[in-house]
Amino acid sequence: MEFSVNHPLIFLLSGILVAAVLVQSVWFLVKALRRAKAIGMDSTKIKKLIVSAATFTVAPAVAIVISVMTLSKDLGVALPWMRLSVVGSLSYETIAASNAVNAMGGSFGSGVALTASQFITVVLVMTISIMVGIWLVPLVAKKMQKGMISMEKRDKKWSEIFTSAMFIGMISAFVGYVFCNVSTVFKADFSGIIPVLVMAVSAVVMLAAGLLSKKTGWRFINEYALPISLLSGMAAAIPITAWLS
Amino acid sequence: MKKELTYMDSVHRDGRIWSLSIMALMLLYPLALCLMFGAAPDGKGLLMGLIATAPMYWAVGVVETFTYIPMLGAGGSYLSFVTGNISNLKLPCALGAMEQMGVKANSEEGEIVSTIAIAVSSIVTTVIIILGVILIVPLTPVLNAPVLAPAFAQILPALFGGLGVVFVSRNYKIAIAPVALMMILFIAVPALNEGTVGIMVPVGVILTLIEARVMYKKGLL
Repeated sequence: MEFSVNHPLIFLLSGILVAAVLVQSVWFLVKALRRAKAIGMDSTKIKKLIVSAATFTVAPAVAIVISVMTLSKDLGVALPWMRLSVVGSLSYETIAASNAVNAMGGSFGSGVALTASQFITVVLVMTISIMVGIWLVPLVAKKMQKGMISMEKRDKKWSEIFTSAMFIGMISAFVGYVFCNVSTVFKADFSGIIPVLVMAVSAVVMLAAGLLSKKTGWRFINEYALPISLLSGMAAAIPITAWLS
Repeated sequence: MKKELTYMDSVHRDGRIWSLSIMALMLLYPLALCLMFGAAPDGKGLLMGLIATAPMYWAVGVVETFTYIPMLGAGGSYLSFVTGNISNLKLPCALGAMEQMGVKANSEEGEIVSTIAIAVSSIVTTVIIILGVILIVPLTPVLNAPVLAPAFAQILPALFGGLGVVFVSRNYKIAIAPVALMMILFIAVPALNEGTVGIMVPVGVILTLIEARVMYKKGLL
């Protein structure tokens, strides 16, 4: 069979994997919804949670589609579709593919068509290098959760602080990242403060949404505050970038 | 008599089955390609490619697993480590959902809310990517339009602005030191950037946990 990166059979294989991931998500969703009902959680609130989570996901998901488009120039559409639906990310796939193609004496991104052997090598490097989480989570998740429960039994207050501290630690790394290029202002290049201003717009919109919800009693504002702040920050990035670039 | 499984036990059982099944499917994918096209991987390319890629991502994968499981909950972890995009999508989505529902991460309600949010996010992401793949020809010029590029380039700042202000203001005593430290580190160390922020997440988490423990022991929290 003659090989092409966009061969229909590669789409079929990718489709099988994507379908499996989709079914897994539906499986866990149904399971959690049944449990929510069983322990008497408010079904109206749950419905709002579903709409809010779906709304919040749209913009980042469109960004993933753009990553598929970027990778498709060298790898075809089917493989990036599967890779970015299962574990992957643009930066990881690019690094893994570059390392594999370079090791075979080629140059990733040069536009030269891959042979079947090169393509399979790229797939293997991408797959094997990213698999840790998939096999490690089943090994450790139960034990870790038992540890968290036992910590809560020993000291409930510390257990709550522990969880908050983990969230803050994660957020602090991303807030730090937003400032990674600000030193460019000393070279009269103001592009480094674009992410800082975008973050500020998003934070102000979030605060304003909280205040408005409190003043008016309109709870739906709070329910959509996170997607609204995300989209406001992204929208603000367009004029801010035009201004400072 | 057969012992009845608790909800959490059944989440772990289903999660293990799903994770191992998807891992098997991922490994069968290249095998199927070999059989279909009658080709074998390039041995040297595979070995050198793995040596250049795997050690770093395996190390990051191990650290991420231990960092994210307590935040994502069990169901959320089994889903997120298969579908990916944890720090830039699944975890913020779960955090926003728990905040919206007013539930604690370490409660059963928190576990359920996190699982629902991550499952919905995974389904929406998968469906949008499918639509993007079907409509790739007409969508490519639209989504790659220069006017939209800055918006998609700034997703992380736009995401963590809204999320950060909620969590930092609520836990400002714990948050001031790690946020300030991370800002200084990212400004002062040129190697710290978008590509390395994932490595700094566990560093931020460990430092914040140590700081919180000291403050808690001294009665400051």
